[in-house]
Amino acid sequence: MPGPRFEMFKKILIANRGEIAVRIIRACHEMGIAAVAVYSDVDRASLHVRKADEAYPIGAPPAPESYLNIQKILDVARRSGADAIHPGYGFLSENAKFADACAKAGVKFIGPTASAMEMMGSKTRARQAMEAAGVPFVPGTSRGLESFEQAQQVAARIGYPVMFKAAAGGGGKGMRLVQAPAQLKSSLEEARSEAERSFGDGEIYIEKAIVNPRHIEMQVLADEHGNTVYLGERECSLQRRHQKVLEEAPSPVVDPDMRHRMGEVAVRVAQAANYTNAGTVEFLVDQQKNFYFLEMNTRLQVEHPVTELVTGLDLVHLQIRIAAGEKLPFAQADVHLRGHAMECRIYAEDPDNNYFPSPGKITLLIAPTGPGIRRDTGMYEGWTVPLDYDPLLAKLVGYGENREQVIARLSCALDEYFVGGIKTNISLFRRILTNPDFRAAKLDTGFLDRMLKQNDELHRDAETAPHAAEVAAIAAGMFAVLAPAANGIAGVSASNGSATTSTWKKIGRDEALRRLATDR
Amino acid sequence: MTYDITIDGKNHRLELDRVEGRWLCRLDGLAIEVDAILARPDVLSLRIGNRAYEIKSERVANDWHLWVGSARFAAEVRDPRSLRSRIRAADDHGPSKVTAPMPGKVVRVLVREKSEVEAGSGVFVVEAMKMQNEIKSPKKGTIQKLLVTEGAAVNAGDVLAIVE
Repeated sequence: MPGPRFEMFKKILIANRGEIAVRIIRACHEMGIAAVAVYSDVDRASLHVRKADEAYPIGAPPAPESYLNIQKILDVARRSGADAIHPGYGFLSENAKFADACAKAGVKFIGPTASAMEMMGSKTRARQAMEAAGVPFVPGTSRGLESFEQAQQVAARIGYPVMFKAAAGGGGKGMRLVQAPAQLKSSLEEARSEAERSFGDGEIYIEKAIVNPRHIEMQVLADEHGNTVYLGERECSLQRRHQKVLEEAPSPVVDPDMRHRMGEVAVRVAQAANYTNAGTVEFLVDQQKNFYFLEMNTRLQVEHPVTELVTGLDLVHLQIRIAAGEKLPFAQADVHLRGHAMECRIYAEDPDNNYFPSPGKITLLIAPTGPGIRRDTGMYEGWTVPLDYDPLLAKLVGYGENREQVIARLSCALDEYFVGGIKTNISLFRRILTNPDFRAAKLDTGFLDRMLKQNDELHRDAETAPHAAEVAAIAAGMFAVLAPAANGIAGVSASNGSATTSTWKKIGRDEALRRLATDR
Repeated sequence: MTYDITIDGKNHRLELDRVEGRWLCRLDGLAIEVDAILARPDVLSLRIGNRAYEIKSERVANDWHLWVGSARFAAEVRDPRSLRSRIRAADDHGPSKVTAPMPGKVVRVLVREKSEVEAGSGVFVVEAMKMQNEIKSPKKGTIQKLLVTEGAAVNAGDVLAIVE
């Protein structure tokens, strides 16, 4: 049988850290490819470093000096002899300069081309391309606003409420919702200055604000031979301050016909950008199920596992194979969705303190497993979560026959999950999964912020076992007797070396004495 | 052995004795059938009657929490006869420290020396990682001393104030 007409990479450098670096290293090893890790000073003890085959230090913790430093990354590629670089998500994954620099250095960038990134990277340029391709997008301008007067005219045409958005970036920065003409001027000024501060680019455009939209995105995959397919959608409406928290596939409101129509539009979008490799087309869906192009993410996304689970495909493997020149090994007709999947993003955040990042040492880790449970993680027991980066600890993903089963599986998995020593947002997911509107799939992008505002804080879960406090009291006593030193409790006996063994010795002695005393 | 135990602020008296290989337990005077082994120093497999529980112990700085399943409780244990615990109990009525939980910068001081505070009321606002965090008083009392001013850079564990 003839061999493949492309040559697979021998060594891939992962220009990232944390759980995604571990994920990519795993994919490399599964394919017999050597993995090269890079790490900043504060990441020396990170999981991805010891899972790799080679690891290179790249400097001080701040991202511009390490994970965003193109020169250092390419220098490591040269020294290690890596023939490809996987950028993960975030960091340099959507940086056209980096993609170009890789090409110039003769190292294959596992992702789209610099020009595809550039087209989709600017939201206004993307909208212009969509206009040309006949792709529906949210009414508004497809170019940056030139004046307040223009904003006024467009807003009057499309109707309030309207949304100002930054062309250069997302995450809620440079965004302002305007309900009425009176706030238009001040909102535009605020949006501009925030965008300038956050992205170095104050370009703002305007869109009709869709009431209670759903955020539904479509995964696309394109090889370098002109074949593009869609792999099903993800519902990502659960967001806190525009940051995704929980994602699921498929979307509970998308039927096969809608999926087909959205998928075809997504493919058209990708083709308009000459897109290659993995990407995601984001849509806003209104209450009448009309969908509008929002933007395209030119990288692998955090929430890719839910698509992998319902399609049975390994997206990272496919990314590597596509970058090596392989043709897509399947056609659109071969893509089938089966079952349901949901992902919870576990962050080191304090839910009782406005989700403030909560770095620190993980003293105890009890992680859930079992049928339909997948965990993509960078944390381990004994690891100190660094302050310097996004505190994503793990993605807990549930998979099952249907949405109800997935919710049940995830609920049990969350009960099992224990991360001691730091605060995490695990309790947030318990609240979400028991919420009646969530269970009924009544979702929109405002859902989570509303739920959090309603709920008051520190109340016990409705499901707390009766007499849990009494159980805790007994447990406290048992820890004091069985492991006082380990739990920081003043010792049981006056003389204390290894408190545990001396306690048992003492108990043993007492029993022996008692027996002696009662023997006849 | 007898212990004074506080769970979420509520006091209990626990008697634990080991007799003929079994635990005899009395909680607030009530006899309870208890069996326990450690899976590791901070994880307890507890049986009360035939009900089974997994209890996790979490110690961070001076705070001790026990988790019964996924419910969290603040816990304290005192052996009433031990001198060390009697001294510590006295400390609880003495001055407490307000410490910085992480490195950052003091952007606001919310109180003055001699201000009255409640447990949980805000004493400082510290900024770290572009977010602001309110540092709260660990107990009800009076601010005896403020050790930092607005603009000060602080490290994790730094004492910022004393509450009497």
